[in-house]
Amino acid sequence: MRIKICAEPFEPWQEIQAYQQSAIGMAGKFGATSLFIGTMRDFNDGDDIQGMTLEHYPGMTEKQLEKIVAEAMQQWPVLDALIVHRVGDILPNEPIVLVAVWTSHRGDAFDASRYIMEALKSRAPFWKKELLASQTERWLLKNTDGYL
Amino acid sequence: MSIKVRYFASLKESVGRSEDRLEIAGLLTVADVWRAANPDKAIPDNTLAAVNMNYVALTHEVEDGDEVAFFPPVTGG
Repeated sequence: MRIKICAEPFEPWQEIQAYQQSAIGMAGKFGATSLFIGTMRDFNDGDDIQGMTLEHYPGMTEKQLEKIVAEAMQQWPVLDALIVHRVGDILPNEPIVLVAVWTSHRGDAFDASRYIMEALKSRAPFWKKELLASQTERWLLKNTDGYL
Repeated sequence: MSIKVRYFASLKESVGRSEDRLEIAGLLTVADVWRAANPDKAIPDNTLAAVNMNYVALTHEVEDGDEVAFFPPVTGG
């Protein structure tokens, strides 16, 4: 498992490739890789968005994400997982989050990946502040429930 | 006992600081810690609390050396 918090832009495809190559223990064992990439939009709630700042609670973020992955590993036979999350100043079209899950079979990969992503949205201590095109700033009040 | 209190995001802006260090005596819950640090401000609705980086209820009792954090609902991902 790897949890990585990035203050600079990251390239999800490179992160996935590098991690998969380094995780030699699962070579030949995984038949499914599920990938979720969350990318910043240039619109939200009817407004044009120019940029965003992502604050986090260092230490607690990693602790909660490790706990979430451990929970997923108890529920599904996950071989390995990688989470990369941006913090700091972010521009539209930049990736915000990557969740990659490796399993032997596809159902477990989809289910574990969804669990990790939804748990991250409700429990990992990150906070988004948007900068609107009108130059006003606003904190996002809460995340939506991805299952609705 | 000695308690470190931290605030994040919009809550940090509304209290006007990112942390407090309290020296207080007696059995205290997380809600008591908020009242000691912010006597003139009620804890906002929806505030989440953590002790030593684990989520807790406001009724959780703190111990000497704990780090207590208050923050709004999380919005990452």
